[in-house]
Amino acid sequence: MSAAYLSLARSGPAETLAGAFDVEKVRADFPILKRRIYDRPLVYLDNAATAQKPQAVIDAIERYYSAENSNVHRGVHYLSQRATCAYEGARAKVRGFLNAAEDREVVFTRGTTEAINLVAQSYGRGHVREGDEIIISEMEHHSNIVPWQMLCEERGAVLRVIPIDDRGELLLEEYERLLNKRTRFVSVVHASNVLGTVNPVQQIVKMAHRWNVPVLVDGAQAVPHAKVDVQELDCDFYAFSGHKLYGPTGIGVLYGKIGLLEAMPPYQGGGSMIRSVTFEKTTYAEVPNRFEAGTPHIEGGIGLGAAVDYVNEVGAAAAYEEGLLAYTTEALREAPGLRLIGTARQKVGVLSFVMGDIHPHDIGTILDREGVAVRAGHHCAQPLMRRFGVPATARASLAFYNTREDVDALVRGLHKAREVFG
Amino acid sequence: MSDLRELYQQVILDHNKSPRNFRKIEDANRSSEGYNPLCGDHLHFYLKVEGDVIRDIGFQGSGCAISKASASLMSSALKGKTKGEAEALFKRFHDMVTGDMDAPPDTEGLGKLAVFAGVREFPARVKCATLAWHTLHAALKGEDKPVSTE
Repeated sequence: MSAAYLSLARSGPAETLAGAFDVEKVRADFPILKRRIYDRPLVYLDNAATAQKPQAVIDAIERYYSAENSNVHRGVHYLSQRATCAYEGARAKVRGFLNAAEDREVVFTRGTTEAINLVAQSYGRGHVREGDEIIISEMEHHSNIVPWQMLCEERGAVLRVIPIDDRGELLLEEYERLLNKRTRFVSVVHASNVLGTVNPVQQIVKMAHRWNVPVLVDGAQAVPHAKVDVQELDCDFYAFSGHKLYGPTGIGVLYGKIGLLEAMPPYQGGGSMIRSVTFEKTTYAEVPNRFEAGTPHIEGGIGLGAAVDYVNEVGAAAAYEEGLLAYTTEALREAPGLRLIGTARQKVGVLSFVMGDIHPHDIGTILDREGVAVRAGHHCAQPLMRRFGVPATARASLAFYNTREDVDALVRGLHKAREVFG
Repeated sequence: MSDLRELYQQVILDHNKSPRNFRKIEDANRSSEGYNPLCGDHLHFYLKVEGDVIRDIGFQGSGCAISKASASLMSSALKGKTKGEAEALFKRFHDMVTGDMDAPPDTEGLGKLAVFAGVREFPARVKCATLAWHTLHAALKGEDKPVSTE
């Protein structure tokens, strides 16, 4: 990753030592990787759907339930203080992970989807009027399309879409043309869940800011691979999910610049998000509690905190991941009749492909019997499928615990699929 | 490999490659749509029903080998059958692909459709094999809402 807008390198002294990353040591941290599927070793290549969990995350959740379980922000008793401390401690860890300026800029959500809906509903409804425009891109996941469509429909606003080229890269000159005085918001993905493309987010933000337009970045597929610095990107919002970062499901993060968050109305009403309630009038809590109505996903927050610690501890995996991506790309190019969808110059380890007339679901079933887990389908990106003229793709997605042997098993499985289908 | 061969039998591969009755029937008096939005399999069925008898049946769409072959073999099996016979076959087919994996499959009366017995071993693919049948069922009942087996 030579581009200035995204450094794939997690900072750390180990980065400079070739081979310092020990994949076997990392694999030993993930208990599920020891299990066998249909009497074959598990080859887990569906990391873009969800990543496996290291023992440290599993232990943190177990510890919380066996020793600290209590509600947060409420009780004066010992356990409640411990739970609150652990939960808010996780917020601080996420702040550090994203290099946000302060803890208050980290809002816990159920995931990326809820984070985007929160912004669309809370910020969007306050700022988007009839005839206004919102810009997204052609490579968005449905979660970064539908919330904006709903808002546009409600407000009579217009959704504009940045097109991509055949490699799967955004056409920035088209984006430049789409920005205008009616533009109220830009929401783009950092790394595509189908193409693997890493978008030049810093540049996209800079271009929007010339029109005083805020930008949300969907980082669900980027944070597991890249060091993200929200201050360096200068994005206004950044969203990601815990479970793709080796943490639990049901917890995610919305980062927002404090000035923007403070000016936003609540998203949902309920407990925790109030300052005072009477039947005549309710005043709302400060940020971030204003956006976290109800008892939160405490175990999820704590688990995510442990995942962030774990990822920091693993440290510099970028060179390893890049090497593995190059190896996989090369190996797939040699598979029989295979066409890669997504050949951008800046990519994370997400490889979508089709294979002649063999439907991706049939590829998925044949690989499954080899112990190889991949995703098959439209990956919640139907407009993108149409762009590339395919109903679905098979997708192998890599994590830092994957090996060249995993990739070899994938390729062997693809040969088997060719054999079955003749 | 053996259970994969059980699933992807030659007849299934053949019907996937060259589906029978793969056409729109212009003067159809029944039609229906089957769509599994999560996996993307999409079928349209066209029927010509006279009195109680299915005189002609055609389909169009896209999907995996299992869903396409199932639609193709079903259409061949049902031509000339009565609605009652079609519904009875649907039940038999459904029982076969969702049956107990440890007992031998009950393929009685299913003829060529017995090639789908291997689907039992692949629970994730049952929805592919049954989409055509549920779609047909909707056409016979005159339901106009798209059908899904997800």
